[in-house]
Amino acid sequence: MIEFTLDGRSGVSPYLQVVHQVRQALRLGLLREGDQLPTVKDVVATLAINPNTVLKAYRELERDGLVAARPGVGTFVTRSLANASLAAHEPLRRDLERWLDRARAAGVDDESIEALFRSAFRSEQRGVA
Amino acid sequence: MTAVLATDTLGKRYGRRWALKDCTLQIPAGRVTGLVGQNGAGKSTLLNLAAGLLRPTTGTIEVCGGRPASDPDQLAKVGFVAQDTPTYAGLSVRDHLRLGAHLNPRWDDDLARSRVDRLGLDLGQRAGRLSGGQRAQLALALGLAKRPELLILDEPVASLDPFARREFLQLLMEAVAEQELSVVLSSHVVSDLERVCDHVVVLVDSEVRLAGEVETLLDTHHRLTGPRRGTHSLPADQQVVSARHTDRQSTLVVRTERPVLDPSWTVTELGLEDLVLAYMERPAPDRPGAPAAAGADGSPTLEVLK
Repeated sequence: MIEFTLDGRSGVSPYLQVVHQVRQALRLGLLREGDQLPTVKDVVATLAINPNTVLKAYRELERDGLVAARPGVGTFVTRSLANASLAAHEPLRRDLERWLDRARAAGVDDESIEALFRSAFRSEQRGVA
Repeated sequence: MTAVLATDTLGKRYGRRWALKDCTLQIPAGRVTGLVGQNGAGKSTLLNLAAGLLRPTTGTIEVCGGRPASDPDQLAKVGFVAQDTPTYAGLSVRDHLRLGAHLNPRWDDDLARSRVDRLGLDLGQRAGRLSGGQRAQLALALGLAKRPELLILDEPVASLDPFARREFLQLLMEAVAEQELSVVLSSHVVSDLERVCDHVVVLVDSEVRLAGEVETLLDTHHRLTGPRRGTHSLPADQQVVSARHTDRQSTLVVRTERPVLDPSWTVTELGLEDLVLAYMERPAPDRPGAPAAAGADGSPTLEVLK
């Protein structure tokens, strides 16, 4: 069983924080197939958050095929994210390093690189959503 | 959307002063709705109207499909915990539970007792000798054991310390998860509501300035910072909620369904508190009956800070 935490100052909505924490736990192998997620009531009672927030997070995870709700029992992990994408990390990292070299060669400093990445990431995310 | 509370041009006047004006509002069922506004903005008036403790001067209000407090059945559907979570100082915790059982047709005694149990309250203790946090919890337990469809709480955590505040909201949220319950609670502190509400209504100067689903509002509002410029050059889909300008820089809060593409803006997301504050500092729309939530007046003021 994992426990959620909320960062009130992160600017990330509570429901997304729950989603991210589950995905992170799946990626790190802290949660495996068949494991149960904390019940809505438990999450609500520890974090003092709206139950709909937790439900929304769990529904999104269910839509992504990561968990399944068994009515009256709880929500269970159906798929792990561990290792699934690890093989892809290395080539992606090399791409990124090449991109960084190009950015530095063009005289872009570290802060600008970060800002550039974040803004590209955000606009791409919005395009997907 | 099924509305648990619906008002139409609702108003309440005391003498010459309007405590609530032209309030048209739908609060969805099954949700936790936060009613935010400064002291004196009309929050308590609206909640007292919903509880049937006040009669409207103008307009109508319906809760759970009927006129507030119009008959015993209607009374049973709505729970109301007034400001500062009042209890009877001279009565014991046990007396409060008895009173609740006598006065409420749908009273759930098991629920009341298990809650009081969990809180570690002594049944023989007089309410007047309980701590502020315990008194608030007792009032909440009574409100929940009544098994209402709608539970209204007026500033329930305002006078509690941070620990009691958290504990109170935990138990309230747990009840929402367990019971089919709609909740409307007010606060002048937005951060108290940020985690617990999925719907928010902002009152400013006796009028509704903003109402909507928290998630949607957060998704559609952005803070833009960039070189100083007028707001008339913005794309048509971007409605300006607030605008501040120094001699060099402009900082806007805009509402838009679409992504902000202009590369000269730095776009940051807003928390609920900043969003609500942006609406609070914004002047009221001039046109009577203008959709307060839409921010559609299109005439943002320019405030120059040098």
